Amino acid sequence: MTAIFFYLFATITVASAFMVISARNPVHAVLFLILAFVNSAGLFMLNGAEFLALLLIVVYVGAVAVLFLFVVMMLDVDFVELREGFLQYLPVGALVGFIVMAELLMVLGTWVFAPGAIGGIAAEPIPNMADVSNIEAIGNILYTKYIFFFQVAGLILLVAMIGAIVLTLHHRPNVRRQNINDQIARNPETAIEIKKVESGKGV
Amino acid sequence: MDMFITTYLVPGLWIVFQSVLMLVCLLLVTAYILYADRKIFAAVQMRRGPNVVGPWGLLQSFADLLKFVLKEPIIPATSSKAVFIVAPIISAVMAMSTFAVLPVAEGWVVADVNLGILFIFAVSSLEVYGIIMGGWASNSKYAFLASLRSAAQMVSYEVSMGFIIIVVLLCAGTLNMTGIVNSQANGLGTMMGLPPSFLDWYWLPLFPAFIMFFISAIAETNRPPFDLPEAESELVAGHMVEYSSTMFLLFFLGEFVAIILMSCLVTILFLGGWLPLIDVPVLNWVPDIVWFTLKAFFVFFCMAMVRAFVPRYRYDQLMRLGWKVFLPLSLAMVVIVAAVLQYTGWAS
Repeated sequence: MTAIFFYLFATITVASAFMVISARNPVHAVLFLILAFVNSAGLFMLNGAEFLALLLIVVYVGAVAVLFLFVVMMLDVDFVELREGFLQYLPVGALVGFIVMAELLMVLGTWVFAPGAIGGIAAEPIPNMADVSNIEAIGNILYTKYIFFFQVAGLILLVAMIGAIVLTLHHRPNVRRQNINDQIARNPETAIEIKKVESGKGV
Repeated sequence: MDMFITTYLVPGLWIVFQSVLMLVCLLLVTAYILYADRKIFAAVQMRRGPNVVGPWGLLQSFADLLKFVLKEPIIPATSSKAVFIVAPIISAVMAMSTFAVLPVAEGWVVADVNLGILFIFAVSSLEVYGIIMGGWASNSKYAFLASLRSAAQMVSYEVSMGFIIIVVLLCAGTLNMTGIVNSQANGLGTMMGLPPSFLDWYWLPLFPAFIMFFISAIAETNRPPFDLPEAESELVAGHMVEYSSTMFLLFFLGEFVAIILMSCLVTILFLGGWLPLIDVPVLNWVPDIVWFTLKAFFVFFCMAMVRAFVPRYRYDQLMRLGWKVFLPLSLAMVVIVAAVLQYTGWAS
């Protein structure tokens, strides 16, 4: 049963990943990317990593991919024009893909053939999933052994965020802005002045 | 073969039966929630509301359903057809599938998963795709602009909702929805020596989070006073401008199911789910499901009242409220609640 679902998710992931690079319309490409994300979440789920699966959906599909879609929808990207130099860039792309593939194989290969030879996650004893839940297992290792890496990752993201704000923040002078606190702090005594006007005189 | 029947077929059919039952109940409730919404709105404005179809207009929603289904579905010639058709389906299916993990009474849940609340959060964050895809595929600038506004609004309020859910999770110590409700069986009230009652539920110790969650829930479902994407009086129908017939119905259904989901979530996270108001005889003889329905309907009633008498926000005010008020406040609540739980030793 698990095998059926594995092949289902895996086939859709690979097929939609292929569609990402071959779709004519950029928005369709991003939609296929989202489909690939959702199906890889399904693969995580099959491996019993349900927390990671749901996190993948919340973070990547629910937030990051939405921003992707926003940008792609609003930019006028012409894929046909972009594809003109496709053959020219193919060798470079293939080389990068090959390097990533080789590195992944080397890491996983060491893990499979000589567990314990490399440090890190593979050296950790795998907790029994019957007594610890997914979240506890991740939390136990993330906030103890890897706390510094975790904090550094957070700091990098913070720097990226501040950088993005600095790049886009413009203070335009002479723009009237609404100050909600001032508006709430107003009261009838300070805001209006009541004048007694005698009839026939005017103010 | 025997093994196949006992391990897959029988449990499979049982799950299908449970899901269908849940869906039928959900759709019936949706029909009457729609009716209640219109009646409450009408009562506030001293109108009668729907009162023609059936006794007191009780069958109005079903008449609307028939009307939608029998109309001609129009697909714009310049639209992106596949995306145009898939968008309303995503919107409705994502909204309804969250109910798979939502317990409505002790043990009354289709799938009692450990990460229930995270599942609901993840799936409801996918609802935004129905809106974006629908608006884009229509190939109309009005639908597209409305969908961008709507999606930006949903994404903004999801952030603070996530933090508020984390606050509740810290107190409950579990992500299981049934566990969250059961952890509210004792709390502030029982600490003071009172019998288990409504004083134990999380709305009291987490009062700011409760209010923020309620407001975020309204903004998340694009309800008035945050209904800018489809401001009924001036903007026709937002991202659904080009939709007609059953496809429009699916969008509409998805929206209302999401509203019911938010009412149920407020009930489970802050109002003690199916726990009785005060755990004394007579009140605790009332079945769980009745308490749950009453509380969820109370939350919906509050949303309907808000819709009736709060003026609409301007778009920049809406964004300010989401990012500059709710986000820092909910983030501060996470830190404060975690510190309090840690240093008072209440965290179990």
